[in-house]
Amino acid sequence: METGYISAFWFVVIAAVTVPLMLGVGALLRPKGITTKKGTQAYECGEDPVGSAWVKFNIRFYVVAIIFIIFDVEIAAVLPAATLFREAVLGGQGAFVFAELFLFVALLVLGLIYCWVRGDLEWVKGVTKYAPKK
Amino acid sequence: MPANSALFAQTLTQWTQGTWLATVPLWAWALVSALIIIYMLALPFGGIATYIERKIAADMQDRIGPNRVGPFGIFQFAADAIKMISKEDYVPPGGDRFLFNIAPVLVVVGSCAGFVALPLGQYLVAGDINIGILYIMAVTTLIAPGILLGSWASENKWSLLGGLRSAAQIVSYEIPVALSMLPVILISGSLQVGEIVKQQGWNPADPIHANAHFWNVFHNPFTVIAFFILFVGGLAETNRIPFDLPEAESELVSGFNTEFSGMRFGLYALGEFVDVFVMCALVTTLYLGGWQLPFLELDKFWITLPSGLIALIHVGFFMGKTLLLVFVVMWLRWTLPRLRVDQLMGLCWKGLVPISLFNIVGTAVWMWAFKGQSMIQVLGSLFSGGSASH
Repeated sequence: METGYISAFWFVVIAAVTVPLMLGVGALLRPKGITTKKGTQAYECGEDPVGSAWVKFNIRFYVVAIIFIIFDVEIAAVLPAATLFREAVLGGQGAFVFAELFLFVALLVLGLIYCWVRGDLEWVKGVTKYAPKK
Repeated sequence: MPANSALFAQTLTQWTQGTWLATVPLWAWALVSALIIIYMLALPFGGIATYIERKIAADMQDRIGPNRVGPFGIFQFAADAIKMISKEDYVPPGGDRFLFNIAPVLVVVGSCAGFVALPLGQYLVAGDINIGILYIMAVTTLIAPGILLGSWASENKWSLLGGLRSAAQIVSYEIPVALSMLPVILISGSLQVGEIVKQQGWNPADPIHANAHFWNVFHNPFTVIAFFILFVGGLAETNRIPFDLPEAESELVSGFNTEFSGMRFGLYALGEFVDVFVMCALVTTLYLGGWQLPFLELDKFWITLPSGLIALIHVGFFMGKTLLLVFVVMWLRWTLPRLRVDQLMGLCWKGLVPISLFNIVGTAVWMWAFKGQSMIQVLGSLFSGGSASH
C-alpha cells in the first residue's frame, strides 16, 4: 500500500477531531446558565416564519446536478488517457492517442451542445413559452 | 522518485537518525506531520487571514481597520477566537441536530485534507500520493455537502436558499476547474504533484532538457488561458467575491450560515479561508511552478548550498507565490461587484466549460506537434538552430 495514504488518513482524523475539540473547549470555558430562551424561531429578520423551511425546491438544481455528474464521470474517464498522453506522444504514437483524446473531448462537446440546445443551461427559463396564449 | 511517498514523515525520520527518535515508526511520523501542518499551518493561516483580509479591506477603503488588540491590531484574530469560543453553542430548535453537528466537520475535513498532497517543498509533502491531483479534487468537494447539509439542518429559509445556490455553484464550477487541470496532466504525464512540480524547473545551463520545462503557465498559449480559468473557477468554488452568492449578505442575510453562531460560525469561516489557501496553493503547484525558483535550480547551483537552506528557500518561494494569489483573491473582493445567479451559471456552462474543452484539444495538438516542448524551448531551439547554420 502507498504510505502516502497513511498521512491522508491522519489528516482526515485530525481535522475531524478538531471540530468537537474546539466546541468542547468552548463548553468548558463559557459562562454557564446564560442560554437563549426556549421557543426561539428561525431568524427571518424579525418576521414570524410562515411554515417550514423544508420546502420543495426548483427542478433546475436537479438538472444542474445531473449535468454535473455526466461531465464529472467523463472527466474521470479521460484522466487515464491524459496521464499516458505524454509518454505515448514521445514514444511516437501521437496520432493514435490524440485521436483517442479527441474522441473523449468530442463526446463532451456533443453533450454540452445537446444540453445547450435543449435549454438546460438557461437558469431563467422564459415562462412566456409555456404560458397559455390569449 | 523514492518508493516511499510519505515524504514529510520520511524527512522527519532522516533528521532524527542516530537519536532515540529513530525507533519511532513511520506511521507515527505521519501523525506528527499531520499535526504540524494542520495546527501550525492550516488553522493559524485561517485565523491570521481574517485579520489580513480586514486590514487589506481597510486599506482599500481608506480606513484604519483593526488597531486595538496588540500592535497594529495583530492579535485581533486571537481576540476573535476567544470571543467565538466563549459564545453560546446555539442549535436552532426546529432543525436537524445531527446534521447540524456533522456539517462543520465536513467543511473542516474537506479543506484540511487537501493539504496532504500540497508540495510545500521538494521533500516536504505530507503524502505524495500517486493520484495527488485527483485526491485534492475529490477531497475539496466535501465542502459542498458540508454547506448544503448545514443549510438544510438549520431549518431557515435564508440558509436553504444559500445552501442550494452554493451546491449548484460549487458543483458547476467543479467542471471547468477539473477540465483546466487536464492540460497540466497532458503536459507532465503524471497525477503526482511532486513529479509535476519537479518538471517545472529550468536550468539555464541546460535549457532544452527533455523532462524539464519552465512553469506550466508558459508552456503554450492554451495553458495561459487554462491558468486563468482554474483561478476563476477556484474563486467560485471557495464562494469568494465576485461569486459569493451563497452568502450574499444584501439579499440572504448571511446565506447558508445564518443560523450558525459562535465557534460553529468560526469553523465555517476558518474552513473557507483554509480552502482559499488550498485553492491558491493548487494553482501555484500546477501552473506557477510550486516551490521552483524562476530560472534557477538550486541543487544545480554553482555553489553547493546546505540542504536545509535549499528546503527553506523552496518553502519560502512556494508560500510567497501562494500568498500573492491569496492577496489577489482578497483584492478582487473590493474590485468586482457580485454576479447574478443566472450570470453565474451562464459564465460557467456557456463560457468557461467550452473554453477549457478547447484548451485541452489545443494543448494536445501542441504536445503532438512539438514533441512535448514548451514555448520557450521551441523558441530556443529555433534560435540555436538558426545560429548553428551560419
